[in-house]
Amino acid sequence: MVANAVTGIAASLKCALFPCQGFQGSTRRLQWRKNERQCARKAGHGVITAKFDLKPPPYQLDALEPHMSHETFEYHWGKHHRAYVDNLNKQIAGTELDGMTLEDIVFVTYNKGDLLPPFNNAAQVWNHDFFWESMKPGGGGKPSGELLDLINRDFGSFEEFVEEFKRAATTQFGSGWAWLVYKANRLDVGNAVNPRPSDEDKKLLVVKSPNAVNPLVWDYFPLLTVDVWEVTITNFILFIPLNYDL
Amino acid sequence: MSLSSCGSSSICSLSSGILVANDPSSKLSKRRFTPSISQPGWKQRRDSSDNNRGVSKVFGYYGLKSPPYKLDALEPYMSQRTLEVHWGLHHRGYVEALNKQLEKNDSLYGCTMDELIKVLYNNGNPFPEFNDAAQVWNHDFFWESMQPGGGDMPTLGLLQQIEKDFGSFTNFKEKFTEAALTLFGSGWVWLVLKREAKCLAIIKTSNSINPLVWNDIPITSLDMWEHAYYLDYRNDKAKYVNTFMNHLVSWNAAAVRMVRAQAFVNLGEPKIPVA
Repeated sequence: MVANAVTGIAASLKCALFPCQGFQGSTRRLQWRKNERQCARKAGHGVITAKFDLKPPPYQLDALEPHMSHETFEYHWGKHHRAYVDNLNKQIAGTELDGMTLEDIVFVTYNKGDLLPPFNNAAQVWNHDFFWESMKPGGGGKPSGELLDLINRDFGSFEEFVEEFKRAATTQFGSGWAWLVYKANRLDVGNAVNPRPSDEDKKLLVVKSPNAVNPLVWDYFPLLTVDVWEVTITNFILFIPLNYDL
Repeated sequence: MSLSSCGSSSICSLSSGILVANDPSSKLSKRRFTPSISQPGWKQRRDSSDNNRGVSKVFGYYGLKSPPYKLDALEPYMSQRTLEVHWGLHHRGYVEALNKQLEKNDSLYGCTMDELIKVLYNNGNPFPEFNDAAQVWNHDFFWESMQPGGGDMPTLGLLQQIEKDFGSFTNFKEKFTEAALTLFGSGWVWLVLKREAKCLAIIKTSNSINPLVWNDIPITSLDMWEHAYYLDYRNDKAKYVNTFMNHLVSWNAAAVRMVRAQAFVNLGEPKIPVA
């Protein structure tokens, strides 16, 4: 039932990047894809090249005024996010990462913590796509339905969740992100039970991550994020009147 | 007044680190201790539970040291607004956070800032206070690494050493800029004198790490945290780094540090005359 809730939430995010099938056996799918590509080459089809595009936020750039200004978007999305996309394309052109989905690139280049060079760019592209979609005009307030029930179950109350989320965001030292994630308890194999369950399985959690790292690499399902790189905060300060209640 | 018992001090600290506690068993404890330096942050407290009446426990706190120039002195390369926010808010915030954390932990008193950083770094497994302590030191060092009318080139011995270790000053500048631009996330770029290798090197560090933890001697530094340049340069990091190299970096300060460093690192062969 909880899994349904997650896919329900995932679908409602309308996030094309968030695969509804989840990441079960993602490595297996990856290999399958590689085989498919090889077959295509042998058959003499055209060469597949992938190029990531800068995806615009699902609202106009001035839609989040006065909380996040038009100029903020022009810098944060138009310059920083765009730079990550351009650099990523340059880095993967002609390599075996060319043609993979963004999540797969993030997972592969994370390399269990020993980061490969494209990781920073790939993860930051994904993180920012997710961040723009985590916001909407007229947002805020409280969630409803299953999500609210889960939040109440795992954090005690919505207010406590907000406190914990704010705490995670403000205590991330250096650059990073704060996340609301769902931690499932599962293995790659369909019918086995995880022999090492922990208290935090099958729960909603607040986590924070440094620099470009995101919870996909820890096998969590991200639900919400906030960018706490200083760029975001400085843009917030620069383009908002100083008496705004931060 | 009993001095730091933290072991041999390495370099004179450039920071505002002030000294602390007194040793109740020493002869001095019978006298009332009055600090002669009137620095903000010295506090005196009578502890009535102490056997010796009139003994004061002194708590030293770290104070916020101002840059050696006015806040608008680096215009137009680093605006007054940046200094106000970077020094007045961020640096001050680190100092206050450090003081708050040190209040809880007596055993950290009595160290100079350099020693405090090494102890808190704990060989790579840092304690929570490390970030704030290191950032206080880093920023003190950074303000002193800049001056109005900075830039240009180093001279004399420092220039010779740079040319020896990097080939030419231009090559050093390129390498420094490259290090600054390839640093991901928040961090610092340093020109250091390595003790073991006995040569200058450029290193980049993340977040609040500084070369003291590896026992190297920093000569100059550049803050690559976004708060250092975003107000003036937004995302144009290259312009910020070039401006720093051409107009802000203080080679005078670097030369002084180099002279001091040579007291600890032997850079040349001794010239022993053959009789």
